[in-house]
Amino acid sequence: MNITEKILARASGKDKLEPDEVIFANVDKIMLHDVSGPGVIKTFEKLEKDGVIKVDKLFDPSMIWVTEDHFVPSVDKISAENIVKLSNFTNKFGIKKHFKYGMGQYGICHTMSHEEGLVSPGELYVGGDSHTNTTGALGAFACGLGHTDVAYAMLNGKLWFKVPETLYFRINGKLPENVMAKDLILRIIGDITTEGAAGKAMQFGGDGISDMSVESRLTLTNMTTEAGAKNGIIEPDQKVFDHLSERGVTKYDAVYDDEDAQYEKTFEYEASELEPLVAKPFSPQNVSTVRETGSIDIDKSYIGSCTGAKYEDLLAAAKILKGRKVKVRTEVLPATISIYKKATENGLTQIFIDAGAVVGPPTCGACCGAQMGVLAKDEVCVSTTNRNFPGRMGHLESKAYLASPLVAAASAVTGKLTDPRDL
Amino acid sequence: MKGKVIKYEQDNIDTDVILPGPYLKLHEHSELAEHAMEGLDPDFHSKVKNANIIVTGKNFGCGSSREHAPIALSASGIKAVLALSFARIFYRNSVDGAYLLPIEIDEKTYSSISENDELEIDTSKNEIKNITKNELYSMKPFPDLIGKIISAGGIFKYKP
Repeated sequence: MNITEKILARASGKDKLEPDEVIFANVDKIMLHDVSGPGVIKTFEKLEKDGVIKVDKLFDPSMIWVTEDHFVPSVDKISAENIVKLSNFTNKFGIKKHFKYGMGQYGICHTMSHEEGLVSPGELYVGGDSHTNTTGALGAFACGLGHTDVAYAMLNGKLWFKVPETLYFRINGKLPENVMAKDLILRIIGDITTEGAAGKAMQFGGDGISDMSVESRLTLTNMTTEAGAKNGIIEPDQKVFDHLSERGVTKYDAVYDDEDAQYEKTFEYEASELEPLVAKPFSPQNVSTVRETGSIDIDKSYIGSCTGAKYEDLLAAAKILKGRKVKVRTEVLPATISIYKKATENGLTQIFIDAGAVVGPPTCGACCGAQMGVLAKDEVCVSTTNRNFPGRMGHLESKAYLASPLVAAASAVTGKLTDPRDL
Repeated sequence: MKGKVIKYEQDNIDTDVILPGPYLKLHEHSELAEHAMEGLDPDFHSKVKNANIIVTGKNFGCGSSREHAPIALSASGIKAVLALSFARIFYRNSVDGAYLLPIEIDEKTYSSISENDELEIDTSKNEIKNITKNELYSMKPFPDLIGKIISAGGIFKYKP
């Protein structure tokens, strides 16, 4: 069996599993945020009112963690009330791991999962957000769900899964200078399309992955969601173990491919052949090189989100912005407070402010068109985020080009879509 | 079930256009209904007064995991979506939350059905009858567990 099948087999008490089998599996960790959390609360209220269930206690409050990220700081009365509801809920059910904005560490849920070491190798982790796939880079089965399924897992500690087929992506060699993991995953999505991995696992391996930092790997698994994947996953190695041990997590049962592991299909990529890429409006599969895309005037550069505001993303942007000035509105939103703090300690925040950018608090904000920096009609943005569907980041007639932090920063400096090699 | 068709002849209709991001803070189903399909079809609300089945292409509901998307459609009156394929979370949300029937159809059925056609769907026989055109199509049967969850009325009412 491969790593995905082995985690699901262990979680369902089976010796062997095949793709397409439907199982009930025990869940190890569950994540909620300020959108899926109130959804869970509403689901419980409705089911109790209809007499279907009684929610006196949860299966195990210690397996659940909560963060506030989509509509924070609160945008209006409704979002403020959602935050209050979430606090009341976690208090009532004894959920201790609730990361609240303005009270120390908090941030975008997926980045929190690895920044805080909340999910370990070999675990079965579900979250009320599609990019839950991100955390599979730590060697966990990580899968996004709607709030009814999350509510079911919170109450019963288990959930049904169809065992996915696995697509294996073998990455050979090192990424060239000025090319990031974001470019690699855009290349893959451009090749296999936004339904190329529908319902499947996307597993990454090869010496190109061993060579990559944990944060870069997280960029890959993050955007497996855009290819329709059920989960993205990477076998854990010493880099992952070190990352976790720095966060005080040392006990887990890591899982690896068997020697005779099967994959539905294997893809090979030579990292050295990659170039800076963009996904043009209005789909993450609409990929071309920055140089081929031609001269595109932009109105904004957005460096944020679970995809593109980890520490090394900020470091890449700072490398470009140091000593330069931005020509267009530029927003930098570190994905968590811990990343914000590290960026400040190491002088990155100063570089961004000196360049003319605004540095904001962690939030999903403009990535999902919710708040803080949404786009006006006809505005064009280069963004380190993950989706560029119509209206995703604001007005239906705004446009987002998805790119690496290096491309976003280089474009901020010139006011046009720019390959960092051409700066 | 029986009803008229709203047809969207396109692939990859994503949850951002079915229910745009700014409304994710809403959780009352009736409020979500007001914004259903806001990113795709300004006439959806007038169309849905006379129709309750959406027919569309591949990968319907791709993107975000927001359950708000099937809720908004269901609370607007949509009972079934017939598509060439579905994104996995939208499909799962539709079934486990018992909002609407996600039914997979083939290319021939997809091209045969027109806007405003009246259909009768019989999931027990895996049949779709086009009353307007007097045609009979087959639907892809629900996998065993999915069928049981649908019959139970959602994941919480299903007893494994």
